[in-house]
Amino acid sequence: MLKIEHLQKTFHPGTINENKIFKDLNLTVEDGDFVTVIGSNGAGKSTMLNTVAGSIIPDGGSIVLNGKDITTMHEVKRAKYIGHVFQDPMMGTAPNMWIMENLALAYRRGNKHTLKWGMPKGEELELYKTQLAKLGLGLEDRLTTKVGLLSGGQRQAITLLMATIKKPELLLLDEHTAALDPKTAAVVLEISDKIVKEHNLTTLMVTHNMQNAIDYGNRLIMMHEGAVVFDVRGEEKKKLTVEQLLHKFNELETF
Amino acid sequence: MIMATIQSGIAQGLLWAILTIGVFLTFRVLDIPDLTIEGTFPLGAAITVVLINNGMNPMLAMLICILAGAVAGLVTGILHTKFAIPAILAGILTQIALYSVNIRIMSDKATVALSADSFKTMITDLFPAGTSPNTISIVVGLVMCFIIIELLYYFFGTELGCAVRATGSNQKMARALGISTDTMINLCLAVSNALVALAGSLIAQFDYGSALVNMGQGTIVIGLASVIIGEVIFVRKERNFGFKMAAVSAGAIIYRTIIALALTLPWMKATDLKLITAVIVAFALAIPAWQAKTGRKKNSKKAAKEVE
Repeated sequence: MLKIEHLQKTFHPGTINENKIFKDLNLTVEDGDFVTVIGSNGAGKSTMLNTVAGSIIPDGGSIVLNGKDITTMHEVKRAKYIGHVFQDPMMGTAPNMWIMENLALAYRRGNKHTLKWGMPKGEELELYKTQLAKLGLGLEDRLTTKVGLLSGGQRQAITLLMATIKKPELLLLDEHTAALDPKTAAVVLEISDKIVKEHNLTTLMVTHNMQNAIDYGNRLIMMHEGAVVFDVRGEEKKKLTVEQLLHKFNELETF
Repeated sequence: MIMATIQSGIAQGLLWAILTIGVFLTFRVLDIPDLTIEGTFPLGAAITVVLINNGMNPMLAMLICILAGAVAGLVTGILHTKFAIPAILAGILTQIALYSVNIRIMSDKATVALSADSFKTMITDLFPAGTSPNTISIVVGLVMCFIIIELLYYFFGTELGCAVRATGSNQKMARALGISTDTMINLCLAVSNALVALAGSLIAQFDYGSALVNMGQGTIVIGLASVIIGEVIFVRKERNFGFKMAAVSAGAIIYRTIIALALTLPWMKATDLKLITAVIVAFALAIPAWQAKTGRKKNSKKAAKEVE
Protein backbone atom coordinates (compact mmCIF):
# COMPACT_ATOMS: atom_id res chain seq x y z
CA MET A 1 0.00 0.00 0.00
CA LEU A 2 1.21 3.46 -0.88
CA LYS A 3 0.11 6.29 1.39
CA ILE A 4 0.82 9.90 0.43
CA GLU A 5 -0.23 12.31 3.20
CA HIS A 6 -0.26 16.11 3.35
CA LEU A 7 2.48 16.32 0.74
CA GLN A 8 3.89 19.81 0.17
CA LYS A 9 6.34 21.00 -2.44
CA THR A 10 7.28 24.46 -3.68
CA PHE A 11 9.76 24.99 -6.49
CA HIS A 12 12.01 28.10 -6.42
CA PRO A 13 10.59 29.37 -3.11
CA GLY A 14 10.99 33.07 -2.43
CA THR A 15 11.68 33.96 -6.06
CA ILE A 16 9.55 35.42 -8.81
CA ASN A 17 9.34 31.87 -10.24
CA GLU A 18 7.90 30.45 -7.03
CA ASN A 19 5.62 27.55 -7.89
CA LYS A 20 3.56 25.92 -5.14
CA ILE A 21 3.02 22.57 -6.80
CA PHE A 22 1.55 20.66 -3.82
CA LYS A 23 -0.19 22.43 -0.95
CA ASP A 24 -1.73 19.32 0.59
CA LEU A 25 -1.71 16.21 -1.58
CA ASN A 26 -3.28 13.05 -0.23
CA LEU A 27 -3.55 9.70 -2.00
CA THR A 28 -3.82 6.11 -0.85
CA VAL A 29 -3.18 3.30 -3.31
CA GLU A 30 -4.23 -0.20 -2.20
CA ASP A 31 -2.16 -3.29 -2.97
CA GLY A 32 -2.83 -4.47 -6.50
CA ASP A 33 -4.47 -1.20 -7.54
CA PHE A 34 -3.72 -0.18 -11.14
CA VAL A 35 -4.38 3.56 -11.04
CA THR A 36 -4.44 5.70 -14.17
CA VAL A 37 -3.60 9.35 -13.52
CA ILE A 38 -4.86 12.17 -15.75
CA GLY A 39 -4.76 15.95 -15.48
CA SER A 40 -3.76 19.03 -17.41
CA ASN A 41 -0.14 20.16 -17.78
CA GLY A 42 1.25 21.44 -14.50
CA ALA A 43 -1.29 19.54 -12.41
CA GLY A 44 1.57 17.75 -10.65
CA LYS A 45 1.24 14.24 -12.12
CA SER A 46 4.90 13.73 -13.01
CA THR A 47 6.07 15.63 -9.92
CA MET A 48 4.03 13.23 -7.78
CA LEU A 49 5.68 10.23 -9.45
CA ASN A 50 9.14 11.78 -9.14
CA THR A 51 8.53 12.54 -5.46
CA VAL A 52 7.50 8.94 -4.86
CA ALA A 53 10.55 7.73 -6.82
CA GLY A 54 12.84 10.04 -4.86
CA SER A 55 14.32 12.29 -7.54
CA ILE A 56 12.37 15.14 -5.87
CA ILE A 57 12.36 15.49 -2.07
CA PRO A 58 9.15 17.09 -0.68
CA ASP A 59 9.07 20.06 1.71
CA GLY A 60 6.55 18.44 4.00
CA GLY A 61 4.16 15.54 4.43
CA SER A 62 4.97 11.86 4.20
CA ILE A 63 5.16 9.00 1.73
CA VAL A 64 4.80 5.53 3.18
CA LEU A 65 5.20 2.41 1.05
CA ASN A 66 4.14 -0.88 2.66
CA GLY A 67 4.87 0.45 6.12
CA LYS A 68 8.26 1.99 5.20
CA ASP A 69 8.55 5.76 5.46
CA ILE A 70 10.37 6.64 2.23
CA THR A 71 9.72 10.41 2.32
CA THR A 72 13.39 11.36 2.48
CA MET A 73 15.03 8.03 1.63
CA HIS A 74 17.76 8.40 -1.02
CA GLU A 75 16.62 7.78 -4.59
CA VAL A 76 19.20 5.04 -5.06
CA LYS A 77 18.07 3.21 -1.90
CA ARG A 78 14.36 3.24 -2.66
CA ALA A 79 15.00 2.00 -6.20
CA LYS A 80 14.96 -1.43 -4.55
CA TYR A 81 11.20 -1.14 -4.07
CA ILE A 82 10.13 0.91 -7.08
CA GLY A 83 10.15 0.26 -10.83
CA HIS A 84 10.07 3.45 -12.87
CA VAL A 85 9.46 3.81 -16.62
CA PHE A 86 9.94 7.28 -18.12
CA GLN A 87 8.39 8.97 -21.12
CA ASP A 88 11.66 9.14 -23.06
CA PRO A 89 12.51 5.65 -24.40
CA MET A 90 16.21 6.66 -24.32
CA MET A 91 16.07 7.17 -20.56
CA GLY A 92 15.32 3.72 -19.25
CA THR A 93 18.11 1.66 -20.79
CA ALA A 94 21.90 1.79 -21.20
CA PRO A 95 22.38 2.20 -24.97
CA ASN A 96 26.02 1.02 -25.01
CA MET A 97 25.22 -2.24 -23.30
CA TRP A 98 23.71 -5.48 -24.53
CA ILE A 99 20.05 -6.45 -23.95
CA MET A 100 21.12 -9.17 -21.53
CA GLU A 101 23.48 -6.83 -19.67
CA ASN A 102 20.65 -4.34 -19.21
CA LEU A 103 18.38 -7.07 -17.90
CA ALA A 104 21.11 -8.35 -15.58
CA LEU A 105 21.47 -4.85 -14.08
CA ALA A 106 17.71 -4.71 -13.54
CA TYR A 107 17.66 -8.22 -12.06
CA ARG A 108 20.17 -7.08 -9.42
CA ARG A 109 18.21 -3.91 -8.67
CA GLY A 110 18.72 -2.90 -5.06
CA ASN A 111 21.37 -5.57 -4.42
CA LYS A 112 24.95 -4.74 -3.53
CA HIS A 113 27.24 -4.83 -6.55
CA THR A 114 29.91 -7.36 -5.77
CA LEU A 115 32.96 -8.70 -7.60
CA LYS A 116 30.96 -11.76 -8.67
CA TRP A 117 30.79 -12.31 -12.43
CA GLY A 118 27.95 -10.07 -13.62
CA MET A 119 26.99 -11.78 -16.87
CA PRO A 120 23.85 -13.90 -16.67
CA LYS A 121 24.05 -17.62 -17.37
CA GLY A 122 22.10 -20.82 -16.86
CA GLU A 123 18.68 -20.44 -15.28
CA GLU A 124 18.92 -16.66 -15.15
CA LEU A 125 19.55 -16.47 -18.88
CA GLU A 126 16.62 -18.81 -19.54
CA LEU A 127 14.40 -16.54 -17.45
CA TYR A 128 15.43 -13.54 -19.56
CA LYS A 129 14.69 -15.47 -22.73
CA THR A 130 11.22 -16.53 -21.64
CA GLN A 131 10.41 -13.02 -20.40
CA LEU A 132 11.67 -11.46 -23.65
CA ALA A 133 9.70 -14.01 -25.67
CA LYS A 134 6.53 -12.91 -23.84
CA LEU A 135 7.00 -9.40 -25.26
CA GLY A 136 6.46 -10.95 -28.70
CA LEU A 137 9.03 -8.68 -30.36
CA GLY A 138 11.56 -11.38 -31.29
CA LEU A 139 14.12 -9.95 -28.84
CA GLU A 140 14.81 -13.30 -27.19
CA ASP A 141 17.23 -14.17 -30.02
CA ARG A 142 19.09 -10.87 -29.77
CA LEU A 143 20.50 -11.02 -26.24
CA THR A 144 23.86 -9.60 -27.30
CA THR A 145 22.45 -6.73 -29.37
CA LYS A 146 23.25 -3.26 -28.07
CA VAL A 147 20.06 -1.64 -26.80
CA GLY A 148 20.99 1.60 -28.58
CA LEU A 149 20.36 -0.15 -31.91
CA LEU A 150 16.73 -0.91 -31.08
CA SER A 151 13.64 1.15 -31.93
CA GLY A 152 11.92 3.34 -29.34
CA GLY A 153 9.10 0.84 -28.89
CA GLN A 154 11.49 -2.07 -28.42
CA ARG A 155 13.52 -0.06 -25.92
CA GLN A 156 10.42 0.91 -23.98
CA ALA A 157 9.27 -2.72 -23.88
CA ILE A 158 12.68 -3.70 -22.48
CA THR A 159 12.50 -0.87 -19.95
CA LEU A 160 9.14 -2.24 -18.80
CA LEU A 161 10.63 -5.70 -18.45
CA MET A 162 13.58 -4.21 -16.54
CA ALA A 163 11.26 -2.36 -14.16
CA THR A 164 9.37 -5.55 -13.36
CA ILE A 165 11.78 -8.49 -13.80
CA LYS A 166 12.42 -8.28 -10.08
CA LYS A 167 8.90 -7.73 -8.76
CA PRO A 168 8.73 -4.15 -7.46
CA GLU A 169 6.43 -3.11 -4.61
CA LEU A 170 5.28 -0.23 -6.80
CA LEU A 171 5.43 0.38 -10.54
CA LEU A 172 5.47 3.96 -11.87
CA LEU A 173 4.64 4.51 -15.55
CA ASP A 174 5.19 8.16 -16.46
CA GLU A 175 3.54 8.75 -19.84
CA HIS A 176 5.62 5.83 -21.00
CA THR A 177 3.91 5.53 -24.38
CA ALA A 178 3.64 9.25 -25.19
CA ALA A 179 6.78 9.33 -27.36
CA LEU A 180 5.78 6.31 -29.46
CA ASP A 181 3.74 6.15 -32.66
CA PRO A 182 0.09 5.13 -32.08
CA LYS A 183 0.52 1.52 -33.17
CA THR A 184 3.67 0.95 -31.09
CA ALA A 185 2.10 2.80 -28.16
CA ALA A 186 -0.83 0.38 -28.26
CA VAL A 187 1.52 -2.62 -28.32
CA VAL A 188 3.58 -1.32 -25.37
CA LEU A 189 0.42 -0.51 -23.43
CA GLU A 190 -0.90 -4.05 -23.97
CA ILE A 191 2.43 -5.44 -22.77
CA SER A 192 2.27 -3.17 -19.70
CA ASP A 193 -1.23 -4.38 -18.88
CA LYS A 194 -0.18 -8.00 -19.28
CA ILE A 195 2.81 -7.61 -17.00
CA VAL A 196 0.85 -5.69 -14.35
CA LYS A 197 -1.91 -8.32 -14.31
CA GLU A 198 0.51 -11.25 -14.34
CA HIS A 199 2.37 -10.07 -11.24
CA ASN A 200 -0.59 -8.22 -9.67
CA LEU A 201 1.59 -5.09 -9.43
CA THR A 202 0.52 -1.95 -7.60
CA THR A 203 0.78 0.60 -10.38
CA LEU A 204 0.47 4.33 -11.04
CA MET A 205 0.22 5.19 -14.73
CA VAL A 206 0.23 8.81 -15.90
CA THR A 207 -1.32 9.28 -19.33
CA HIS A 208 -2.68 12.05 -21.53
CA ASN A 209 -4.80 9.61 -23.49
CA MET A 210 -8.21 9.60 -21.78
CA GLN A 211 -9.46 6.52 -23.60
CA ASN A 212 -6.40 4.62 -22.30
CA ALA A 213 -7.03 5.99 -18.82
CA ILE A 214 -10.56 4.56 -18.95
CA ASP A 215 -9.66 1.24 -20.63
CA TYR A 216 -6.76 0.27 -18.42
CA GLY A 217 -6.54 -0.25 -14.69
CA ASN A 218 -9.19 -0.50 -11.97
CA ARG A 219 -9.08 3.07 -10.72
CA LEU A 220 -8.80 6.52 -12.28
CA ILE A 221 -7.76 9.76 -10.63
CA MET A 222 -7.80 13.26 -12.07
CA MET A 223 -5.35 15.79 -10.70
CA HIS A 224 -5.70 19.56 -10.75
CA GLU A 225 -3.43 22.18 -9.17
CA GLY A 226 -1.59 19.62 -7.11
CA ALA A 227 -4.57 17.78 -5.67
CA VAL A 228 -6.73 14.78 -6.54
CA VAL A 229 -10.08 16.22 -7.65
CA PHE A 230 -11.77 13.11 -9.05
CA ASP A 231 -11.34 9.51 -7.99
CA VAL A 232 -13.36 6.59 -9.39
CA ARG A 233 -12.88 2.85 -9.34
CA GLY A 234 -14.44 -0.44 -10.44
CA GLU A 235 -17.72 -0.49 -12.32
CA GLU A 236 -18.18 3.27 -12.07
CA LYS A 237 -14.83 3.78 -13.83
CA LYS A 238 -15.69 1.33 -16.61
CA LYS A 239 -18.80 3.34 -17.43
CA LEU A 240 -16.87 6.58 -17.88
CA THR A 241 -16.66 8.15 -21.32
CA VAL A 242 -14.08 10.49 -22.78
CA GLU A 243 -16.82 13.15 -23.10
CA GLN A 244 -17.55 12.99 -19.38
CA LEU A 245 -13.87 13.39 -18.56
CA LEU A 246 -13.53 16.33 -20.96
CA HIS A 247 -16.57 17.89 -19.34
CA LYS A 248 -14.87 17.51 -15.92
CA PHE A 249 -11.75 19.17 -17.29
CA ASN A 250 -13.71 22.12 -18.62
CA GLU A 251 -15.46 22.54 -15.26
CA LEU A 252 -12.10 22.80 -13.53
CA GLU A 253 -10.65 25.22 -16.05
CA THR A 254 -13.48 27.73 -15.53
CA PHE A 255 -12.66 28.16 -11.85
CA MET B 1 68.55 2.40 -38.24
CA ILE B 2 64.86 2.42 -39.07
CA MET B 3 64.38 -0.95 -37.36
CA ALA B 4 66.02 0.40 -34.22
CA THR B 5 63.74 3.45 -34.31
CA ILE B 6 60.65 1.30 -34.72
CA GLN B 7 61.82 -0.91 -31.87
CA SER B 8 62.22 2.04 -29.55
CA GLY B 9 58.81 3.33 -30.67
CA ILE B 10 57.23 0.00 -29.71
CA ALA B 11 59.12 -0.08 -26.40
CA GLN B 12 57.91 3.40 -25.47
CA GLY B 13 54.44 2.75 -26.86
CA LEU B 14 53.87 -0.28 -24.65
CA LEU B 15 54.55 1.82 -21.55
CA TRP B 16 52.34 4.66 -22.82
CA ALA B 17 49.67 2.03 -23.51
CA ILE B 18 49.08 1.79 -19.76
CA LEU B 19 48.27 5.53 -19.69
CA THR B 20 46.10 5.07 -22.77
CA ILE B 21 44.04 2.36 -21.04
CA GLY B 22 43.55 4.80 -18.16
CA VAL B 23 42.32 7.47 -20.56
CA PHE B 24 40.07 4.91 -22.27
CA LEU B 25 38.39 4.13 -18.94
CA THR B 26 37.37 7.72 -18.28
CA PHE B 27 36.86 8.93 -21.85
CA ARG B 28 34.98 5.93 -23.24
CA VAL B 29 33.51 4.15 -20.21
CA LEU B 30 32.53 7.19 -18.11
CA ASP B 31 32.32 9.61 -21.02
CA ILE B 32 34.46 12.14 -19.13
CA PRO B 33 37.73 13.48 -20.58
CA ASP B 34 39.66 13.50 -17.30
CA LEU B 35 42.38 16.17 -17.19
CA THR B 36 43.65 15.03 -13.78
CA ILE B 37 46.05 12.69 -15.56
CA GLU B 38 48.36 15.54 -16.58
CA GLY B 39 49.09 15.84 -12.86
CA THR B 40 48.96 12.14 -11.91
CA PHE B 41 51.45 11.14 -14.61
CA PRO B 42 54.34 13.23 -13.17
CA LEU B 43 53.06 12.41 -9.66
CA GLY B 44 53.69 8.71 -10.32
CA ALA B 45 57.15 9.50 -11.69
CA ALA B 46 58.10 11.87 -8.86
CA ILE B 47 56.99 9.55 -6.05
CA THR B 48 58.74 6.54 -7.56
CA VAL B 49 62.04 8.31 -8.27
CA VAL B 50 62.24 10.11 -4.91
CA LEU B 51 61.32 7.01 -2.90
CA ILE B 52 63.77 4.80 -4.82
CA ASN B 53 66.52 7.40 -4.39
CA ASN B 54 65.82 7.33 -0.66
CA GLY B 55 66.48 3.61 -0.63
CA MET B 56 62.97 2.18 -0.79
CA ASN B 57 62.32 -1.11 -2.57
CA PRO B 58 61.25 -0.17 -6.14
CA MET B 59 58.25 -2.51 -6.09
CA LEU B 60 56.98 -0.91 -2.88
CA ALA B 61 57.64 2.57 -4.30
CA MET B 62 55.53 1.67 -7.36
CA LEU B 63 52.73 0.35 -5.17
CA ILE B 64 52.68 3.64 -3.27
CA CYS B 65 52.63 5.61 -6.51
CA ILE B 66 49.65 3.56 -7.74
CA LEU B 67 47.78 4.34 -4.51
CA ALA B 68 48.70 8.04 -4.77
CA GLY B 69 47.32 8.07 -8.32
CA ALA B 70 44.07 6.52 -7.11
CA VAL B 71 43.76 9.16 -4.38
CA ALA B 72 44.31 11.94 -6.96
CA GLY B 73 41.52 10.45 -9.09
CA LEU B 74 39.31 10.28 -6.02
CA VAL B 75 39.89 13.99 -5.31
CA THR B 76 38.64 14.85 -8.81
CA GLY B 77 35.76 12.43 -8.31
CA ILE B 78 34.68 13.97 -5.01
CA LEU B 79 34.93 17.52 -6.42
CA HIS B 80 32.71 16.36 -9.28
CA THR B 81 30.18 14.12 -7.53
CA LYS B 82 29.85 15.67 -4.06
CA PHE B 83 30.33 19.33 -4.95
CA ALA B 84 28.79 19.23 -8.44
CA ILE B 85 31.80 20.83 -10.13
CA PRO B 86 31.78 19.98 -13.86
CA ALA B 87 34.06 17.01 -14.52
CA ILE B 88 36.52 18.83 -16.79
CA LEU B 89 36.92 21.69 -14.33
CA ALA B 90 37.30 19.29 -11.39
CA GLY B 91 40.10 17.56 -13.32
CA ILE B 92 41.84 20.85 -14.05
CA LEU B 93 41.69 21.85 -10.37
CA THR B 94 43.28 18.61 -9.19
CA GLN B 95 45.82 18.85 -11.98
CA ILE B 96 47.12 22.33 -11.04
CA ALA B 97 47.08 21.38 -7.35
CA LEU B 98 49.23 18.37 -8.20
CA TYR B 99 51.75 20.61 -9.98
CA SER B 100 52.60 22.21 -6.62
CA VAL B 101 52.47 18.86 -4.84
CA ASN B 102 54.88 17.34 -7.38
CA ILE B 103 57.39 20.18 -6.95
CA ARG B 104 57.31 19.63 -3.18
CA ILE B 105 57.84 15.89 -3.65
CA MET B 106 60.81 16.70 -5.90
CA SER B 107 62.22 19.17 -3.33
CA ASP B 108 61.85 22.26 -5.53
CA LYS B 109 63.74 20.74 -8.47
CA ALA B 110 62.39 20.58 -12.03
CA THR B 111 64.19 17.26 -12.66
CA VAL B 112 65.23 14.50 -10.31
CA ALA B 113 67.41 11.78 -11.83
CA LEU B 114 67.24 8.16 -10.67
CA SER B 115 70.38 7.52 -8.66
CA ALA B 116 69.66 4.13 -7.09
CA ASP B 117 68.71 0.67 -8.33
CA SER B 118 65.24 0.85 -9.85
CA PHE B 119 62.66 -1.68 -11.04
CA LYS B 120 64.48 -1.47 -14.36
CA THR B 121 67.73 -2.59 -12.74
CA MET B 122 65.93 -5.46 -11.01
CA ILE B 123 64.40 -6.62 -14.31
CA THR B 124 67.59 -6.10 -16.35
CA ASP B 125 69.42 -8.44 -13.96
CA LEU B 126 67.00 -11.20 -14.97
CA PHE B 127 68.05 -10.94 -18.64
CA PRO B 128 71.34 -12.14 -20.12
CA ALA B 129 74.00 -9.41 -20.06
CA GLY B 130 73.98 -7.25 -23.18
CA THR B 131 70.24 -7.51 -23.87
CA SER B 132 69.17 -4.22 -25.43
CA PRO B 133 67.16 -1.89 -23.15
CA ASN B 134 64.44 -1.78 -25.82
CA THR B 135 63.95 -5.54 -25.67
CA ILE B 136 63.65 -5.37 -21.89
CA SER B 137 61.16 -2.48 -22.11
CA ILE B 138 59.11 -4.39 -24.67
CA VAL B 139 58.94 -7.52 -22.52
CA VAL B 140 58.03 -5.53 -19.40
CA GLY B 141 55.45 -3.48 -21.34
CA LEU B 142 53.85 -6.55 -22.88
CA VAL B 143 53.59 -8.38 -19.57
CA MET B 144 52.21 -5.29 -17.79
CA CYS B 145 49.66 -4.54 -20.52
CA PHE B 146 48.56 -8.17 -20.61
CA ILE B 147 48.03 -8.32 -16.85
CA ILE B 148 46.22 -4.97 -16.75
CA ILE B 149 43.92 -5.80 -19.67
CA GLU B 150 43.11 -9.22 -18.19
CA LEU B 151 42.33 -7.74 -14.77
CA LEU B 152 40.20 -4.92 -16.17
CA TYR B 153 38.41 -7.28 -18.54
CA TYR B 154 37.45 -9.43 -15.59
CA PHE B 155 36.54 -6.41 -13.46
CA PHE B 156 34.22 -4.85 -16.04
CA GLY B 157 32.44 -8.19 -16.38
CA THR B 158 31.61 -8.34 -12.66
CA GLU B 159 28.44 -6.91 -11.12
CA LEU B 160 30.42 -3.92 -9.89
CA GLY B 161 32.08 -3.38 -13.29
CA CYS B 162 28.71 -3.62 -15.05
CA ALA B 163 27.38 -0.98 -12.65
CA VAL B 164 30.29 1.32 -13.59
CA ARG B 165 29.59 0.83 -17.31
CA ALA B 166 25.87 1.42 -16.77
CA THR B 167 26.70 4.69 -14.98
CA GLY B 168 28.77 5.85 -17.95
CA SER B 169 26.06 4.82 -20.38
CA ASN B 170 22.96 6.27 -18.66
CA GLN B 171 23.19 7.84 -15.21
CA LYS B 172 19.46 8.37 -14.75
CA MET B 173 18.75 4.74 -15.51
CA ALA B 174 21.57 3.59 -13.26
CA ARG B 175 20.11 5.51 -10.32
CA ALA B 176 16.62 4.16 -11.05
CA LEU B 177 18.12 0.66 -10.79
CA GLY B 178 19.62 1.45 -7.40
CA ILE B 179 23.20 1.98 -8.60
CA SER B 180 25.07 4.61 -6.59
CA THR B 181 26.40 6.54 -9.58
CA ASP B 182 28.64 8.80 -7.46
CA THR B 183 30.50 5.80 -6.06
CA MET B 184 30.90 4.31 -9.54
CA ILE B 185 32.31 7.55 -11.00
CA ASN B 186 34.76 7.86 -8.10
CA LEU B 187 35.81 4.25 -8.49
CA CYS B 188 36.47 4.57 -12.21
CA LEU B 189 38.41 7.84 -11.81
CA ALA B 190 40.54 6.23 -9.07
CA VAL B 191 41.35 3.16 -11.20
CA SER B 192 42.12 5.31 -14.25
CA ASN B 193 44.48 7.62 -12.36
CA ALA B 194 46.16 4.71 -10.62
CA LEU B 195 47.03 3.33 -14.07
CA VAL B 196 48.29 6.73 -15.25
CA ALA B 197 50.52 7.06 -12.15
CA LEU B 198 51.90 3.57 -12.85
CA ALA B 199 52.61 4.62 -16.44
CA GLY B 200 54.44 7.72 -15.14
CA SER B 201 56.46 5.54 -12.80
CA LEU B 202 57.46 3.04 -15.50
CA ILE B 203 58.28 5.71 -18.08
CA ALA B 204 60.45 7.57 -15.54
CA GLN B 205 62.36 4.35 -14.84
CA PHE B 206 62.59 2.70 -18.25
CA ASP B 207 62.63 5.67 -20.63
CA TYR B 208 63.58 9.01 -19.05
CA GLY B 209 65.70 7.75 -16.16
CA SER B 210 64.32 10.67 -14.17
CA ALA B 211 61.18 12.46 -13.06
CA LEU B 212 60.40 15.80 -14.72
CA VAL B 213 57.93 18.26 -13.29
CA ASN B 214 56.65 19.13 -16.78
CA MET B 215 56.41 15.59 -18.14
CA GLY B 216 52.61 15.64 -17.79
CA GLN B 217 52.12 18.40 -20.32
CA GLY B 218 50.03 17.20 -23.25
CA THR B 219 49.51 13.68 -21.89
CA ILE B 220 45.71 13.93 -22.22
CA VAL B 221 46.11 14.72 -25.94
CA ILE B 222 48.54 11.83 -26.37
CA GLY B 223 46.15 9.52 -24.54
CA LEU B 224 43.13 10.60 -26.57
CA ALA B 225 45.14 10.37 -29.81
CA SER B 226 46.18 6.81 -28.97
CA VAL B 227 42.60 5.82 -28.08
CA ILE B 228 41.26 7.24 -31.33
CA ILE B 229 44.05 5.77 -33.51
CA GLY B 230 43.49 2.35 -31.94
CA GLU B 231 39.72 2.51 -32.41
CA VAL B 232 39.84 3.81 -35.97
CA ILE B 233 42.29 1.12 -37.12
CA PHE B 234 41.18 -1.94 -35.17
CA VAL B 235 37.62 -1.55 -33.92
CA ARG B 236 35.64 -1.72 -37.16
CA LYS B 237 32.67 -3.61 -35.71
CA GLU B 238 31.20 -4.50 -32.34
CA ARG B 239 34.00 -5.96 -30.22
CA ASN B 240 34.31 -7.07 -26.62
CA PHE B 241 35.82 -4.91 -23.91
CA GLY B 242 39.15 -6.74 -23.76
CA PHE B 243 39.65 -6.37 -27.49
CA LYS B 244 38.96 -2.65 -27.26
CA MET B 245 41.58 -2.19 -24.55
CA ALA B 246 44.12 -4.16 -26.63
CA ALA B 247 43.21 -1.99 -29.64
CA VAL B 248 43.81 1.31 -27.84
CA SER B 249 47.10 -0.10 -26.49
CA ALA B 250 48.09 -0.83 -30.08
CA GLY B 251 47.04 2.74 -30.84
CA ALA B 252 49.59 3.98 -28.30
CA ILE B 253 52.31 1.87 -29.94
CA ILE B 254 51.44 3.18 -33.41
CA TYR B 255 51.40 6.76 -32.14
CA ARG B 256 54.83 6.43 -30.48
CA THR B 257 56.31 4.73 -33.53
CA ILE B 258 55.08 7.46 -35.86
CA ILE B 259 56.57 10.10 -33.54
CA ALA B 260 59.89 8.20 -33.31
CA LEU B 261 60.08 7.84 -37.11
CA ALA B 262 59.13 11.46 -37.73
CA LEU B 263 61.88 12.66 -35.42
CA THR B 264 64.53 10.76 -37.43
CA LEU B 265 63.85 12.99 -40.45
CA PRO B 266 66.92 15.22 -40.81
CA TRP B 267 64.95 18.48 -40.98
CA MET B 268 62.91 17.71 -37.86
CA LYS B 269 63.81 19.20 -34.50
CA ALA B 270 62.90 17.70 -31.12
CA THR B 271 60.85 20.81 -30.46
CA ASP B 272 58.64 19.98 -33.45
CA LEU B 273 57.17 17.13 -31.38
CA LYS B 274 54.05 19.06 -30.39
CA LEU B 275 53.41 20.09 -34.00
CA ILE B 276 53.69 16.46 -35.12
CA THR B 277 51.39 15.42 -32.28
CA ALA B 278 48.78 17.95 -33.35
CA VAL B 279 48.97 16.77 -36.97
CA ILE B 280 48.64 13.10 -35.99
CA VAL B 281 45.69 13.78 -33.69
CA ALA B 282 43.91 15.97 -36.26
CA PHE B 283 44.50 13.24 -38.84
CA ALA B 284 43.22 10.48 -36.54
CA LEU B 285 40.14 12.54 -35.67
CA ALA B 286 39.45 13.25 -39.34
CA ILE B 287 39.60 9.59 -40.40
CA PRO B 288 36.07 8.62 -39.26
CA ALA B 289 34.53 11.54 -41.18
CA TRP B 290 36.62 10.67 -44.22
CA GLN B 291 35.63 7.00 -43.96
CA ALA B 292 31.96 7.95 -43.77
CA LYS B 293 32.31 10.01 -46.95
CA THR B 294 34.10 7.34 -48.98
CA GLY B 295 31.68 4.78 -47.56
CA ARG B 296 28.77 6.86 -48.88
CA LYS B 297 30.39 7.11 -52.29
CA LYS B 298 30.94 3.36 -52.46
CA ASN B 299 27.38 2.71 -51.37
CA SER B 300 25.91 5.09 -53.93
CA LYS B 301 28.03 3.48 -56.66
CA LYS B 302 26.77 0.09 -55.55
CA ALA B 303 23.20 1.35 -55.57
CA ALA B 304 23.70 2.86 -59.03
CA LYS B 305 24.95 -0.49 -60.30
CA GLU B 306 21.98 -2.29 -58.83
CA VAL B 307 19.65 0.13 -60.59
CA GLU B 308 21.36 -0.55 -63.89
